[in-house]
Amino acid sequence: MKNIDAYTHVRGESIYLDDIPLIQGTLFGASFGSPMAHGTIVNLDLSEAAAMPGVVRIFTYKDITGENQIGGIVPDEPLLSDQEVHFCGMPVAFVVAESIDAARAAVKKIKATIEPLRVITDPREAQALGELIIPPRTFQLGNTNEAWSQCKHIFEGRADTNGQEHLYIETQGAYAVPQEYQAIKIYSSTQGPTAVQRAVSRVTGLPMHQVEVEVNRLGGGFGGKEDQANTWAALCALAAHLLKRPVKYSLHRMEDMAMTGKRHPYSADFRIGLNEELKIVAYEVTFYQNAGAAADLSPAVMERTLFHCTNSYFIPNVKATAYSCRTHLPPNTAFRGFGGPQGMFMIESAIAKAAETLGIEASVIQERNLLQTGDEFPYGQKAQSEAPECWHKATELYHLTDLRKETTVFNAANKWYKKGLACMPVCFGISFTKTLMNQARSLVHVYTDGSVGITTGAVEMGQGVNTKILQVAAKVFSIQPDKIKIHTTNTFKIANTSPSAASATADLNGKATLLACTAIANRLKKMVAEELSVAEDAITLQDEFVWVNGQKTDRDWKSLVMAGHIKRIGLSEHAHYATPEIHFDATKEKGHPFAYHVYGTAILGVTVDCIRGTYTVDTVKVVHDFGSSMNTAVDLGQIEGGIVQGIGWMTMEEVVYDKEGRLRSNALSTYKVPDIYSVPKEIAIDFLQTPHDNLAIFRSKAVGEPPLMYGIGAYFALRNAVRAFNNKGYFPFDAPMTPEKVLMALYATQQEGIIQPHEETSKHLAVDK
Amino acid sequence: MVTLKKPALPLIKFILNNNEVSTSLPAGMVLLDFVRYHQHLTGTKVGCNEGDCGACTMLVGELRDNALRYRSLTSCLTPLGNVHGKHVVTIEGLNMEGLNPIQQAMFDESATQCGFCTPGFVVSLAGFCLSEKNATTQNAIAAVDGNICRCTGYKSIERAAAKVAQLMQARQNTEPVAFVSENRILPDWFSGIKQRLQILRTALNGQLHPTDAVEWVGGGTDVYVQKHDTLKDAPIRFLFDDTNLKGINQQGNRCIIGAAATVTDLAESPIMQQHFPHLADHIKLISSTPIRNIATIGGNLINASPIGDLTIFLLALDAALILRNNDQQREIPLRQLYKGYKKLDRQADEQLASVSFELPRHNTYFSFEKVSKRTNLDIASVNSACCCTLQGDHIHDIRISAGGVAPIPRLLEQTNTFLKGRSVTDTTIGQAIAIAQTEIAPISDARGTADYKRLLLAQLIKAHFMTVLQHAEH
Repeated sequence: MKNIDAYTHVRGESIYLDDIPLIQGTLFGASFGSPMAHGTIVNLDLSEAAAMPGVVRIFTYKDITGENQIGGIVPDEPLLSDQEVHFCGMPVAFVVAESIDAARAAVKKIKATIEPLRVITDPREAQALGELIIPPRTFQLGNTNEAWSQCKHIFEGRADTNGQEHLYIETQGAYAVPQEYQAIKIYSSTQGPTAVQRAVSRVTGLPMHQVEVEVNRLGGGFGGKEDQANTWAALCALAAHLLKRPVKYSLHRMEDMAMTGKRHPYSADFRIGLNEELKIVAYEVTFYQNAGAAADLSPAVMERTLFHCTNSYFIPNVKATAYSCRTHLPPNTAFRGFGGPQGMFMIESAIAKAAETLGIEASVIQERNLLQTGDEFPYGQKAQSEAPECWHKATELYHLTDLRKETTVFNAANKWYKKGLACMPVCFGISFTKTLMNQARSLVHVYTDGSVGITTGAVEMGQGVNTKILQVAAKVFSIQPDKIKIHTTNTFKIANTSPSAASATADLNGKATLLACTAIANRLKKMVAEELSVAEDAITLQDEFVWVNGQKTDRDWKSLVMAGHIKRIGLSEHAHYATPEIHFDATKEKGHPFAYHVYGTAILGVTVDCIRGTYTVDTVKVVHDFGSSMNTAVDLGQIEGGIVQGIGWMTMEEVVYDKEGRLRSNALSTYKVPDIYSVPKEIAIDFLQTPHDNLAIFRSKAVGEPPLMYGIGAYFALRNAVRAFNNKGYFPFDAPMTPEKVLMALYATQQEGIIQPHEETSKHLAVDK
Repeated sequence: MVTLKKPALPLIKFILNNNEVSTSLPAGMVLLDFVRYHQHLTGTKVGCNEGDCGACTMLVGELRDNALRYRSLTSCLTPLGNVHGKHVVTIEGLNMEGLNPIQQAMFDESATQCGFCTPGFVVSLAGFCLSEKNATTQNAIAAVDGNICRCTGYKSIERAAAKVAQLMQARQNTEPVAFVSENRILPDWFSGIKQRLQILRTALNGQLHPTDAVEWVGGGTDVYVQKHDTLKDAPIRFLFDDTNLKGINQQGNRCIIGAAATVTDLAESPIMQQHFPHLADHIKLISSTPIRNIATIGGNLINASPIGDLTIFLLALDAALILRNNDQQREIPLRQLYKGYKKLDRQADEQLASVSFELPRHNTYFSFEKVSKRTNLDIASVNSACCCTLQGDHIHDIRISAGGVAPIPRLLEQTNTFLKGRSVTDTTIGQAIAIAQTEIAPISDARGTADYKRLLLAQLIKAHFMTVLQHAEH
């Protein structure tokens, strides 16, 4: 079944935030972001801006009717800066005007005098100064101190990954409309309607039942709208609350890029020990997470880095410590993978370092250390592992040995072009790591004409969650998909929702829908069973008809529903689902936090142009553990899209801040995401159907985040290609592998030094904007 | 929206999808805003406001030599003044009963996820169907080279593009508009547009230029990125459709390009194709289809970017410029135009009329190199062109130009002087590279560190010689 929105999408008829017809009297907002990364506001002159034509009012922290606070996990983030600014782009004032142009023009007239304070952009510097968001955390298994003596080979090193801009094509935005009795309705482009509701409630001082948040769909989220949609919604709500007029704010791309956080950059030190058989005996890693200026979701992201620090491998002795470091960048936030990719990059770097020094293929070490069922993760959960099956199927199906031979032959024959290969196994845990978030609700109404309306906490952002939820209802009722409508996500219909995140949205909301639909179906079946005096389990719903003991009756779905209504059977159900079995004790850092894991292996091949430093990704060949895919079209799209986004993170996507904390890659002209010419020439996906029971909806494993991490293989494939040209040069583990880094590595000499961050050293860009 | 208090603005008329529209809104307003916020057609999306994502792609049809020709463009950078008297097509204009076959292909291949970029892709593919391009998958994919999708990873879009190419295979020599309307690929009213445009054009007096124009706009692809806020309400003189500035012609051994010729015009020019056998490869490195359709050659030179691709291209050809001021005109070599960062040897009222250069002779070899973070639809870290005339194994004449390595795009004069008369050997190239390093002063920025740009230019010089020698051998 195709994505249920595809029809209106291709016709341009789908409604996004900026497409909602305006209510008369609507005003438009624009925010004044701090021009400096860290400093004290000495003076804020709004007079000229306020006098601009069309300006209705300019809001500052003084106007906040509730609390000036939007921090979710840690209350450390003011909505509008009061005395200090903590990052470039931090909202200081919010202009509301009669038009977008008038609001934006007025923002340019605001003058802030800011006394500069020390700017920190490097997480290691922050850690050394004790600037931490939360206390450090350590995951431990076995005893690494004792294990080093058993190791024949020990390698140490450092690895770095950069951030990643979400670049959802629809920018952030909100539209707040005052209602009677002080209530506010907010249309928001958010993955977390309840998070928006909470933030608005806190900032305005209104109780949550006065704040209605409605989400139709997003033009992409990728984690960027999990927590960071709150700001714009709270600003609009505050203004609407005080002005009693609708206020809309749809961000300009450059505002969005400058003011919102991104994937966390990480720096790490690792130490890895292997025995004679190349079994990894011990692994120690210290992560320095660049959290930015406020907590946002950083503590949770950091936790998932620890959960995934050993990726797909069993290592008996592990010590992993993570620091969430406060810097003066915009608060970094959720991004597909949520800290997992960074953890995996570090272990893969450690393995690559070992392999390069030993002069062997990394895949030899990777294969020997794959997780087996029953192996323990550093956090105590026992693996139900599909890792060996994915690996072996991939290497056989795609003929890894032959690929390797072809690469060697090619590299021997070509002076200026080199090929590289890498294998990338992935193991990703499914569930919110905060156990309480693993609950969801679904509200199902069956109407007397047989049509069905469903509301859940899930937000549709292209991942196809509404399609899967619709499939659940269609299956339980055994009716045609066109009889079912998935309604907008709305906090007045479904309360206390978890954000659409952690790949778990379809599982949680799908299971809640399954419960709701099943309850209604069972009531109807019971009614028929009583009428016919047969056992309840003799009644089935099949192809829009009631069947009794395997025989089709002449009662169709519509007449069944009407009969139920006449008999006063409840045709609506609000069901609650909470993932069973999961638990985690953060005091011991042990537990069973994940409902299940998703596994897979990718083989990536690249070609590097050794004159120019440019490259192509030739192939990505994957065996992916789907459990049992309930929608192959949707799932294939998630895999292909995830891979390309992961490759983008590892190759061309380079977030550049200068030393003053100003974003230099601040537009699509300076921040490049993959285009149609830069994607792998071939992406082959093998749907591995794994037989074991799992907690996924219809055993169809979550698919949103795991494939992104196949992209990490692109870094190592490029590294291998570069080393085929120059295996003597100093070559730090530092992603992304931009054409610049490739060219510098191709012609690097042996000198080892510290990694030079890519810094702006001039006042203007090569194009002036 | 704000009501603008402007006296008697010129009336702009065009056909929007199947409707004639006219407006007295400022001619500098971008088409995207007009369509979304004044015509309330919200299928076209706002993505980046700088021509880099394609979410706002529309098609514009116009009469050229009495033929109706469609091109895609980025409506976020296109002023209303540039569509005066033309046919503007948005996603709404492509909708028919059910899905059209382009939409069906996107639907069948699951080539849409969040859907926000999707209308842009559909419109670009419709642009392919309305073009004279051969019905190959490669050409269909090229039509969406300016569209960014963050969800799908493009493989499904490639599959849809292949299906769209198949749709067009039966066209042969039929006029594209006739073919797509007869075959129900696009709505049948497209077949009447040509006549309606002829009527519209006759009705227009052509007077769009306010007498108090203070701003000049060509295609708008750079100025609307740089100063959208200034232009949206400004009196503008529109150069894009000035017939005196159009055309690519040959006079003797010189090629003469009108300043308002677009990059697409250049790519499609038989003269250029004949003399630059690798033109298509070079052009593919320059921006994207919708941008090339509206970006003018003159604009690329006058915006004085240190890394303008065509500036670098034309510098190596030692192009000359005609600057005109009413009836006075003067000619200057392009290499003398740039006096400093964004400073030109040009008076405020002087207008670039045309560019000319000597076409390469049989023993002259041309090479263009560009490296950027993303190979396509990106601005160069460093770009360079080389025009080299060989005599036997000696360099008779050579011009290497380089961008991204100095405040201005420049010819590497000392390097070129050194190379003249020498034979091409590794030693010579090495020495030339060393000299080139003394001629440049790259800065570190979002496109790369200074060290990288130095190394990259050295590599591109090597690449030029590899290309020149390779071509010379054939």
